[in-house]
Amino acid sequence: EKTKDSMFTRLSKMVAGKSRVDEEVLDELEELLVSSDVGVSTTLRIIERIEERVARDRYLNATELNTILREEVAALLSENNSAGFDDTYSETIRPYVIMVVGVNGVGKTTTIGKLAHKFNQAGKKVVLGAGDTFRAAAVEQIHVWGERAAARVVSQKMGSDPASVAYDTLKSAIANNEDVAIIDTAGRLHNKVGLMNELSKIRNVMNKVVPGAPHEVLLVLDASTGQNAIEQCKQFTAATEVNALALTKLDGTAKGGVVIGISDQFKIPVKYIGVGEGKEDLQLFDRVAFVDSLFREK
Amino acid sequence: MFENLQDKLDRAFKVLKGHGSITEINVAETMKEVRKALLDADVSFKVAKAFTDTVKEKALGQNVLTSVSPGQLMVKITNDELSKLMGGQAANLDLSANFTIILIAGLQGSGKTTFSGKLARLIKSKGKRPLLVAGDVYRPAAIDQLKIVGEQIGVPVFTDYESKDPVGIAEAAISRAKQEGHNVVIIDTAGRLAVDEEMMDEIARVKAAANPQEILFVVDAMTGQDAVNTAKTFNERLDFDGVVLTKLDGDTRGGAALSIRAVVDKPIKFIGTGEKLDAIDVFHPDRMASRILGMGDVVSLVERA
Ligand SMILES: Nc1nc2c(ncn2[C@@H]2O[C@H](COP(=O)(O)OP(=O)(O)OP(=O)(O)O)[C@@H](O)[C@H]2O)c(=O)[nH]1
Ligand SMILES: Nc1nc2c(ncn2[C@@H]2O[C@H](COP(=O)(O)OP(=O)(O)OP(=O)(O)O)[C@@H](O)[C@H]2O)c(=O)[nH]1
Ligand SMILES: [Mg+2]
Ligand SMILES: [Mg+2]
Repeated sequence: EKTKDSMFTRLSKMVAGKSRVDEEVLDELEELLVSSDVGVSTTLRIIERIEERVARDRYLNATELNTILREEVAALLSENNSAGFDDTYSETIRPYVIMVVGVNGVGKTTTIGKLAHKFNQAGKKVVLGAGDTFRAAAVEQIHVWGERAAARVVSQKMGSDPASVAYDTLKSAIANNEDVAIIDTAGRLHNKVGLMNELSKIRNVMNKVVPGAPHEVLLVLDASTGQNAIEQCKQFTAATEVNALALTKLDGTAKGGVVIGISDQFKIPVKYIGVGEGKEDLQLFDRVAFVDSLFREK
Repeated sequence: MFENLQDKLDRAFKVLKGHGSITEINVAETMKEVRKALLDADVSFKVAKAFTDTVKEKALGQNVLTSVSPGQLMVKITNDELSKLMGGQAANLDLSANFTIILIAGLQGSGKTTFSGKLARLIKSKGKRPLLVAGDVYRPAAIDQLKIVGEQIGVPVFTDYESKDPVGIAEAAISRAKQEGHNVVIIDTAGRLAVDEEMMDEIARVKAAANPQEILFVVDAMTGQDAVNTAKTFNERLDFDGVVLTKLDGDTRGGAALSIRAVVDKPIKFIGTGEKLDAIDVFHPDRMASRILGMGDVVSLVERA
């Protein structure tokens, strides 16, 4: 708590006794935003917008500046249409299919485990598809999560075709009348064309079993990732029509500011945040809380 | 990317055309562009600022040859400074002792387990007898993962599925290694956040018990501004010997490498360039410098001029 509003305090000091926001304040703001991985171009846009508003309201105190700042940053984060977790799941779609994608090690499998637990708590029957057939012990890992979250797991042996695992998972989800099917995929870097094409293939196979599937393509981003996350978003969206983001590892010191530009540029909402390694450590994204955390020093 | 920076630098130098040396006014404009390039590459805000200040000083008064543009010259100076800061030469692992213990540490998902396998394979190929140690007792299937990796490269793996104590595991593994005639021990550990006091304490205790000759800090090349915080804390707690930069097969510019180097002053010893266990390389500071600036052959081009 003691450093909770340090940016605010700093701003207050700088604005005190001045009738307008000067270079010094804007420089400070630039450092704060860039240091949170917001990126230079998005930061400059935010600063421009603030300058515009400040030019309109000539006399500005620190509280007003602080409010404007938060408003402008939040405005760049696209509105998450689904207000709550359960709204993401439509009663009319069964099975509701979620495909989880992302680069290596960001937290895809863990997020799936946490999601399965959340659905389970909401009284839904969940099945997980062990679509990572490449990484050592990926199948064992998702089985452990299946146990933790009381979810059934469909898997084949290491090295088998992930599209075939996805196919099996959806077929059996229909047969078992399960509510939600979540498909894991192997981590892959977005600049590897062959691996990205594989994702499109998995997607197409699913659509044949359950028309409209996958209903949700969740791109997982690591909060400690810098500007490369923008390229990740671009390439994964091109290959799989990503429609939701999850931001993991926010329990660390990384602020995850890169999602501000991403959310603005691609109009894809951040839906979940990961705040730990346990099954309860998944939260719905809250724009206001997120923006507040940017201006707070951990 | 490079074209971009180069063009911008040339534009910034327009006023200079016809003059023979770099002056204060145009160098300031140029450094703004260099700074933006560094920030776009995820170099830490503070490091980027300090760096451009240094370059500015170095550049002032230098003569521009007729055969290169001022922009090219600035890129060259910047690149040289960057390479110097990165460590000049490739640093190596010292395996000359009879018995070497290597401890692997880092954040979650950075690539520690994969790197442990890659390193074991490399060391084995040099005629050594490594033993891998499964010291991650937390992550689901972490032990299985290392075991499979060991099988793939034909290196034995010390495991204890019952134990929840990485310190005890490390101690038991080391005495087993000595008994069985291994001469290198590589201890994989669980991913941990720098702010997780309990977990940072734990790895400090593993260090104290194992007394490793080499501690390697594994970091994802895509890391952004947080790289400095993490590297600083891990270094304060472990005083590590070198850095491993993973996932460089991606298209990240990898500015974290510069930040870490500048903040903890430890050499980057290896890079990871793929998921397969042979995708490991020694680190070349000059190549990394060009990558961060986002330029291809300009350096050799200027060198020829
Ligand atoms: N602290 C923290 N750790 C996390 C979080 N989410 C995942 N992790 C950890 O990050 C590491 C990687 O997580 P995984 O779920 O295996 O990541 P993945 O994307 O499936 O990895 P690959 O399948 O290898 O590409 C594990 O050690 C997880 O426990 C989080 O929100 N906070
Ligand atoms: N493309 C690429 N992937 C890598 C590289 N190194 C590791 N990976 C992948 O990154 C992911 C995480 O690697 P791990 O070795 O499990 O990482 P870790 O640090 O042991 O993870 P935790 O134990 O959960 O903290 C896996 O999918 C690896 O295959 C690399 O150099 N390039
Ligand atoms: Mg996974
Ligand atoms: Mg590991």
